[in-house]
Amino acid sequence: MINRKQAPTILDAVEFNLQLKPYHQFNLDNGVPVYAVNAGAEEVIMLEFVFYAGNWYEEKNIVAATTNFLLKNGTTSKNAFAINEHFEFYGAYLSRNCYNETATITLHTLAKHLPKLLPVIAEILTDSVFPEDELAIYKQNQKQRLEVNLKKCDFVANRLIDEYVFGFHHPYGKYTSTLDYDHLQRDELTKYYQQYYTSGKCLLFVAGKLPQQLEQQLNVFFGSLPLNQNAIKETEIITKPATEKKYTIINDKNGVQGAIRLARPFPNRHHPDFQKVQVLNNILGGFFGSRLMSNIREDKGYTYGIHSYIQNHIHETAWMISTEAGKDVCEATITETYKEMEILRTQLIDEDELHLVKNYMIGGLLGDLDGPFQIIARWKNYILNNLTEAYFYNSIQTIKTVSAEELQSLAKKYLNPSEFYQLIVI
Amino acid sequence: MIEFNKFTLSNGLRVMVHEDHSTPLAVVNVMYDVGARDEQEDKTGFAHLFEHLMFGGSINIPDYDEPLQRAGGENNAYTTNDLTNYYCSLPAENIETAFWLESDRMLSLAFSEKSLDVQRKVVCEEFKEHYINKPYGDVWHKMRALAYTVHPYKWMTIGKELSHVENANIQDVKSFFFKHYRPINAVLVVAGKVKTDEIKLLAEKWFGNIESGEKYQRNIVQEPTQTKAKLLNYTADVPLDAIIKTWHIGGRLSTSYYIADLITEILGGGSSSRLYQSLVKEKQLFSSLDCYHFGTIEPGLLTIEGKLVKGIEMEKAEQAIEEELEKIKTNLINEHELEKVKNKTESVLAFEDMSIMNRANSLAFYELIGDATLINTELSKYQAVTNLDIRNYAKEIFTDNNSNTLHYYSKHSL
Repeated sequence: MINRKQAPTILDAVEFNLQLKPYHQFNLDNGVPVYAVNAGAEEVIMLEFVFYAGNWYEEKNIVAATTNFLLKNGTTSKNAFAINEHFEFYGAYLSRNCYNETATITLHTLAKHLPKLLPVIAEILTDSVFPEDELAIYKQNQKQRLEVNLKKCDFVANRLIDEYVFGFHHPYGKYTSTLDYDHLQRDELTKYYQQYYTSGKCLLFVAGKLPQQLEQQLNVFFGSLPLNQNAIKETEIITKPATEKKYTIINDKNGVQGAIRLARPFPNRHHPDFQKVQVLNNILGGFFGSRLMSNIREDKGYTYGIHSYIQNHIHETAWMISTEAGKDVCEATITETYKEMEILRTQLIDEDELHLVKNYMIGGLLGDLDGPFQIIARWKNYILNNLTEAYFYNSIQTIKTVSAEELQSLAKKYLNPSEFYQLIVI
Repeated sequence: MIEFNKFTLSNGLRVMVHEDHSTPLAVVNVMYDVGARDEQEDKTGFAHLFEHLMFGGSINIPDYDEPLQRAGGENNAYTTNDLTNYYCSLPAENIETAFWLESDRMLSLAFSEKSLDVQRKVVCEEFKEHYINKPYGDVWHKMRALAYTVHPYKWMTIGKELSHVENANIQDVKSFFFKHYRPINAVLVVAGKVKTDEIKLLAEKWFGNIESGEKYQRNIVQEPTQTKAKLLNYTADVPLDAIIKTWHIGGRLSTSYYIADLITEILGGGSSSRLYQSLVKEKQLFSSLDCYHFGTIEPGLLTIEGKLVKGIEMEKAEQAIEEELEKIKTNLINEHELEKVKNKTESVLAFEDMSIMNRANSLAFYELIGDATLINTELSKYQAVTNLDIRNYAKEIFTDNNSNTLHYYSKHSL
């Protein structure tokens, strides 16, 4: 008879020898660096162009995001439909995304279709024309979408908490109003496009089961484009956190839940505390077994979920706690959250719990490195944050060795309620 | 081609092993043949609430998550109208931990009052977060109730109303468990860096002596063929008018499933699809528009859903949808367009197959609906669809009598 009360023996994940598969790097003739990870069994490929074209560089609100959105809505010889039709015919996805510092164009496709798709991406990078009628449709539909989103307490809370932490003038803190859409002009987009895409700073990331002639293919279509002509001017933008710390907003008088956000400024990945705090954050609210989840969801049932995380920013960032809780228990949720911070400040984390979190984090890393797209995503994050593979091995070492005493002193340093912005949006 | 080995334990538990030695991970997926369609109409939301309770401790193990996390693993679960699925992934070396945990909660739950009490609240907050406190959050509550008159697809997995979840008691929980959560009603899939021989031993060791249970005989009243168009007008505090239209389509195992799937692709898959190009871009009647179906096991609904550009009248927007449907009912789509949606399908399947989690999930699903080998014949079934099939099936489903329409008005536009 098996003893079901006895857990099977496990290999401690902290004993694992995790390796980050290195990338292969080469430059196109025009100097554009390509980072490639060749792995995986399926005949699929991901190709991502990263431009320094995020909202960090725009002079007027929403220009960066709009330029990015409309990149594939028309070239001299193809209208938006023809471009979409071309990619979709081959079962490929061409997506684009705008972030704070960077903006991307990403292709997912079966590798066999690459030769048909690459020339059209080159066309998009050099010959996008941003038709007036496309801009008009975009404005109208985005305004309508915004109107719907503004009815949602979580959407409103996410905007406001960033504003409090970074300031509305800061790329991480600003957001869009319907007026911003009205004020957009086509020539602002074409100018931004010329500067930050066509001749902008570009990095290429590619992963999957890579065809042999990939390097040559990329060079044929992208190696002679006028990319990387302009050095990116490193503008420093200082955050201007709000002075008032506590806010309650009634967005919907019939709302049955409140979106709660607690946030404090936090340094970026280059700060010596950063990796250790990742461990502390996991204990606080970083996974299902975290203290916030155990207390506020699994013991009290105030919410469907509560999470804490460090925002993914290149510059100064924020430590955030986020949940949607019943309207009547919003205050109680905040009180319990501060209580959990206090416990982390005043009591040592017991070895058993710390050991579990360490195993969980290493096990999670193992999962995060499974597959070519996951590996390249990690490398991209390091490269854009100016980090090397040493960061990966250091972070593993940190997870394995950080002590309860160190975590308590970090809790004392960072988890003080008075330093948190506190927001409830109902 | 996805290879797997299959065997059945003496208690009726079906086990499939899909070996993939390129990953350091193992996935353990347990699918139970029970979903919201198996609920009583006065106790809806129960299958999903029950899914939460599966994490509230089992007969020998007080906490499911903690030992799994300690073994470096992660897990989740979901409930649909058709089925309930639990999956975890962990370093392959620690796979026995998953067997220990999953088998104990198949053996018996702890049936803790505290867990029931808390999870009732958690699910109520989930209900509020997704369906009450969101603009248009009640659209599918209304549409399901309109489109189905007797079939249990007429309620959502979250439940018909909060009170059903609030009133669930521990006796309900126990009888539900012993009726549905038995080896004879479950499928176990193990995928990743594992060996079939070793999995056989582990399966015997941990699941082999769980009592088989009775095979659940599903006895669901089938929805009668709809004979006249249904319309619901509704006004809510939302910023924009919206329209949601559905038509009854065949179930997952019918050949028409593949045709219906390609029809949704032609109409609404991507920015070059017919509805998006015509109604969002050219006529500018909608600010957003989607066409989809849920892939339900029993006969489902093909859906077109969109938000209207302000100032556009409902009737005009609806008319424009009908005009597009008329085209696909009348004219054969050309070879280029047919090849396009088939290419898309090939690509979707290849991307899905990248993750062992997806492969394990698909194997369990196909076994549940009849035969795991279906996983390797899907693409050829799509390839076999002809433009004539598409026109004929479009003609069959896109009729007034088969349609359900929800006009969801903004109170601000009246």
